Amino acid sequence: MQLAVNVLVLTALYALMAEGFVLIYRASRVFSLAHGDLMMLGGYVFFTCLVATGGNLWVSVPIALAAGFLIGVAVYLAGIRPLAGYPVASIVLVTVAIGILIRSVATLVWSGQVRYPAHALPFKDTPHQLGNAVFSTLDLASLAAALVFFVFLVALLQRTALGVRMRAAAENPRLAANSGINIHRVIALSWGLACFGATLAALFYTTRVNLEPDSWLVGLRAFVPALIGGMNSPLGVLPGALIVALVEVLAAQYLDPVMVNSAPFLVLLLALWVRPWGLFGTREEVVRV
Amino acid sequence: MATNASGFFKAGYSSEFGFWETPWRRFWVLAGLALAAAFPFFAPTFWIGVVNLAAIAAIGALALNLVTGYTGQLSLGHSGFLAAGAFTVGILVGQWSMPVCVTLPAAIVIGMGVGVFVGVPALRLRGIYLSISTLAAYFVIASLASEYQSRFGGGAGFVIPPPQIGSWVLSGERNWYFVLLALVALATLLCLNLNRSHVGRAWLAIRERDLAASAMGIDVSFYKVMAFVISTAMTSLAGALLAYYTAFVSAEAFTFMVTIEYLAMILIGGLGSVLGSLLGALFVTLLPFLVERAVEQLPFPATFKTHMFAVQSGLFAILMLAFLMFEPLGLARIWGRIRAYFELWPFRYRPLP
Repeated sequence: MQLAVNVLVLTALYALMAEGFVLIYRASRVFSLAHGDLMMLGGYVFFTCLVATGGNLWVSVPIALAAGFLIGVAVYLAGIRPLAGYPVASIVLVTVAIGILIRSVATLVWSGQVRYPAHALPFKDTPHQLGNAVFSTLDLASLAAALVFFVFLVALLQRTALGVRMRAAAENPRLAANSGINIHRVIALSWGLACFGATLAALFYTTRVNLEPDSWLVGLRAFVPALIGGMNSPLGVLPGALIVALVEVLAAQYLDPVMVNSAPFLVLLLALWVRPWGLFGTREEVVRV
Repeated sequence: MATNASGFFKAGYSSEFGFWETPWRRFWVLAGLALAAAFPFFAPTFWIGVVNLAAIAAIGALALNLVTGYTGQLSLGHSGFLAAGAFTVGILVGQWSMPVCVTLPAAIVIGMGVGVFVGVPALRLRGIYLSISTLAAYFVIASLASEYQSRFGGGAGFVIPPPQIGSWVLSGERNWYFVLLALVALATLLCLNLNRSHVGRAWLAIRERDLAASAMGIDVSFYKVMAFVISTAMTSLAGALLAYYTAFVSAEAFTFMVTIEYLAMILIGGLGSVLGSLLGALFVTLLPFLVERAVEQLPFPATFKTHMFAVQSGLFAILMLAFLMFEPLGLARIWGRIRAYFELWPFRYRPLP
């Protein structure tokens, strides 16, 4: 029972993070290695607001989320858009460079010290009892946030004109541009949404654990569920995240705590060998050599 | 490039495949080697040590350039391949006290094994998915290495005594310098020869368009896996040398940042250029030392001094961005332009054939 709760909470965080990889990949065919750093930056913005407002969540959460969205748009406009037409490998390296830049700026601004946003919260994170499982208010909130985010995303993609444009641009950018869709605006929106999700994950991750410039590695690890689910499937990340969370929690419980770090990657390598396009990705995406 | 800037034209396949483009090229290379051999006799010991590190990095950068620059497959696992070589030495020497003539070949063999492990996804994957699988392989190797270290290395790492051949012990910066110079020369020779043979032409064809390459009868998967195997074997050797040179092996030394440093080397130096790998390795290894000097001498805010690593990596990122955006062919291209300028002087353009 406790295991199930742990798996669910981890799934929610992984799914929020991994969705960013999928959105960015769909929009610009780029694997963004800066995503972990963008998550870390979102966490720092949240922490700074929290300290500045004396723990006022109603102010700092919206500010952090809006900042996350704007940072995503800015990264696209400043770093990725000028390189349109370059080889994909170059653009991936640009995201790597942007990531390093964010990390070093964060270290210079906030220093390398480990921070605990949980201490700045206005309330104590109280544990609840359900059956024989223990979960906290934040766990519940992270589940709810992930649920709301995904419902919102599905509604956006499936029900609105904007979503149709986003799907069209993801499927065939050239055709979409020729049909009069401003694809740069759509791609910028995808980057913004991706970083919005990453910041949302950062709120919960940093309050649960801690915040330091090295938090980026946690965010980067979320590429595993994205790949397992399929890089171009927005809802594939949910089962992907569930699998990774399950593997991680079970490995920690029954095998060896050290296995937590390598188990997801072994699963990923296996998945890449057997089904490289992911559980729900389209097959044409990876052309056989 | 078929012609030199001076208007030297190649007249047949034999000169196209020839090792020396012109007699002058041979003269300059030999002069450069002589200068490199004379370097430790007038340079301070500290800088010899820095150049030694650059030499080890050069072997790794040459190897990475084979996969990423020539074959066009972005490899994100380089740090893991270095770790594989370093840990081979760490385990063989730290636990069983094997001699160097066993550990270095072992590191090469392990490196080849890792190359097959990483290259096998190349049978099914291409482009960015292949890069991701190398990234996943890096995380697997890194976590296995740190796990091994925490179990058998006493948590901190393995101490490696200096390598010994017969009764001769390799120690001292200057001795290391000559050994490493010879190894770098060998690695350079290997890369140059690979690149002017049918293997190198197959790699270039795969880089430009893998479908077209396979249509021309090139076994794409075979050559891709081959590129990975040769590259990881060389990288693993570089990792083993690093272990011996620094006399210490620790999993904490092989972060993802190391991969990025090597990528920066070949990017700044020049993708698909042997000269570029050497220049890039030298440049990227020197950069942190130069930045440290600069920050100490010039009036920068105090936080810059306490977070030297952040300043260095930030500068790194900016350089990477600048080269990616403005000079994707790197220092080698800049050097080529400077050379062409002087060779053509007083004209600005090469004569039309």
